[in-house]
Amino acid sequence: MSKDNKQKRGQFKEAWIRLRINRAAMFGLSVIILLIIMAVFAPLIAPYGYDEQHLKMANLLPSWRHLMGTDNFGRDIFSRIIYGSRVSLQVGFIAVGIGVLIGGTLGSISAYYGGIVDNVIMRFIDTLLAIPGTLLAISIAAALGPGLTNAMIAVGVGTVPTYARVVRASVLTVKEQEFIEAAKCIGVKDYKIIIKHILPNAMAPLIVQATLGVASAILSAAALSFIGLGIQPPTPEWGAMLSAGRVYIRDYWHIVTFPGVTIMITIFSLNLFGDGLRDALDPRLKR
Amino acid sequence: MNDVLLNIEDLVVSYTSGNKKVNAVNRMNIVVEKGETVGLVGETGAGKTTTAKAILRLIPNPPGVIEKGKIYFSNENLLSKKESEMRKIRGNKISMIFQDPMTSLNPVITIGEQIAEVIRLHQKVSKAKAGIIACEMLERVGIPKERYDEYPHQFSGGMKQRVVIAIALACNPQLLIADEPTTALDVTIQAQILELMHKLKIDFNTSMIMISHDLGVVAEICDKVAIIYAGQVVEFGTVKDVYKNTAHPYTKGLFAAIPSIKGDRLKRLFYIPGLMPDPTNIPNGCPFSPRCSSKLDICEKCAPKDTYINENHLVRCHLYEEKERELDLCQSY
Repeated sequence: MSKDNKQKRGQFKEAWIRLRINRAAMFGLSVIILLIIMAVFAPLIAPYGYDEQHLKMANLLPSWRHLMGTDNFGRDIFSRIIYGSRVSLQVGFIAVGIGVLIGGTLGSISAYYGGIVDNVIMRFIDTLLAIPGTLLAISIAAALGPGLTNAMIAVGVGTVPTYARVVRASVLTVKEQEFIEAAKCIGVKDYKIIIKHILPNAMAPLIVQATLGVASAILSAAALSFIGLGIQPPTPEWGAMLSAGRVYIRDYWHIVTFPGVTIMITIFSLNLFGDGLRDALDPRLKR
Repeated sequence: MNDVLLNIEDLVVSYTSGNKKVNAVNRMNIVVEKGETVGLVGETGAGKTTTAKAILRLIPNPPGVIEKGKIYFSNENLLSKKESEMRKIRGNKISMIFQDPMTSLNPVITIGEQIAEVIRLHQKVSKAKAGIIACEMLERVGIPKERYDEYPHQFSGGMKQRVVIAIALACNPQLLIADEPTTALDVTIQAQILELMHKLKIDFNTSMIMISHDLGVVAEICDKVAIIYAGQVVEFGTVKDVYKNTAHPYTKGLFAAIPSIKGDRLKRLFYIPGLMPDPTNIPNGCPFSPRCSSKLDICEKCAPKDTYINENHLVRCHLYEEKERELDLCQSY
């Protein structure tokens, strides 16, 4: 570290400084911020309403009037993608949030205490893991009823086992290290050892898994929408747009391509940012 | 100097591995007086670290269990305390320095914060005040306080051990347990750290238990020394008594095995024949008897009792017992 930085800095500011030099991560972050701005100001940016139908102008190729063309109902795809970012980003982040929170808590408790606690929690997780994620999400969504909130819960709970496993594995390796014993030795309480000493050291795989998870959560939500259990039409959602346009792919490539590319760009930037964040949060990696 | 701070009586600690029971510590007796430094010397696996962990009640359970014995600290039995009471003692009244400074600091927290953490846990002070005390501690162990905000990886091994010492002493504990604090360091740094610990021990008026397998280190800074073999103290006394009037055959063997710079270099180094007994199957009599050169008949059948050679010098060996015991009396252990 350079010698001129003598004043005290918080851990987050420190991490931010490290993150800023990582160009790829900054690119990812800018794209994500752009998407979020797009979602917030959707009505101001979108040239048309998301449910405006002009059947005479269906399936138009991209042009200056319709930047990304129109779909089979003559709706402007560009506008729908902008509105769709609201739903898709929400589903992605909140579903992963649910998964990380529940899975992370279960995983770290299970790994830290071990023994019977570990056995009970992990057998429960194994039971969840035995059911394919999508199937689990479908059954939860079917039980709770269709809608945005329920789709998020369904997708979120469906990912709990993955996060529990990832966190457990990484907590197990960290908890055996000597500094954890040293922390016990100075009289730190169990929950504080987990939160302050173990989790920050066990974050790396979780951050990577979570950024990848946002992507798959968007896709799972799309799958739910596809069978009518997720977001209801005409509310636009990237995954749903993708699956709805799938039938026309041979004649009208643009209906599928643009939502697909948007999902790809989002996921790509999330991964770049996630990688950079993992490096930035780890002070062991020097400049 | 006659106030007893720590008194370990007949401590037995065992680990279960598979369906075998391993007696790591066996009838251990140690007394530490206030302001005194006691060295625990023994081979790897003799039970030194297990004893230290037992004092702090940090033996992982399962597989470890403290089976018998009492550990009195300031006249209170630590083994009957609740976990929440123990937490208030750890780091505050008794603290421990680990062998490897490389791994005993949390890599993602600044060293200043790690010192402040222990202060905040045990003293009712504000965050800012804890930071100031932590800075003072850093200066006392010889690290400029400007380095408060740096992370462990930015320090060398010796500097890290200084930080660990600062953490251990931050709450001015009555007892400091140092588990081979210099083993992972090179010799020049070793001397510095030992000197620092000795100086701080006097400044803070702390008693110390120094675990080591280096008789030289022990001679340097300890007042008393306990020689440990197979989980028990075979000889205990002041450094002078043990080093000059060595009594137990095992201790004699240890001293004979130290290489000397003088004398015949072609002569082979002395070693004690045999290995430590298998801890799952410790012999009935004296655990050292299979390797002992002055073994008596009774040694294999009967566990020896503690015999005082003088007031402060104790040995657990049949050679020094006053009269031979009847064989049927040995079943008491």
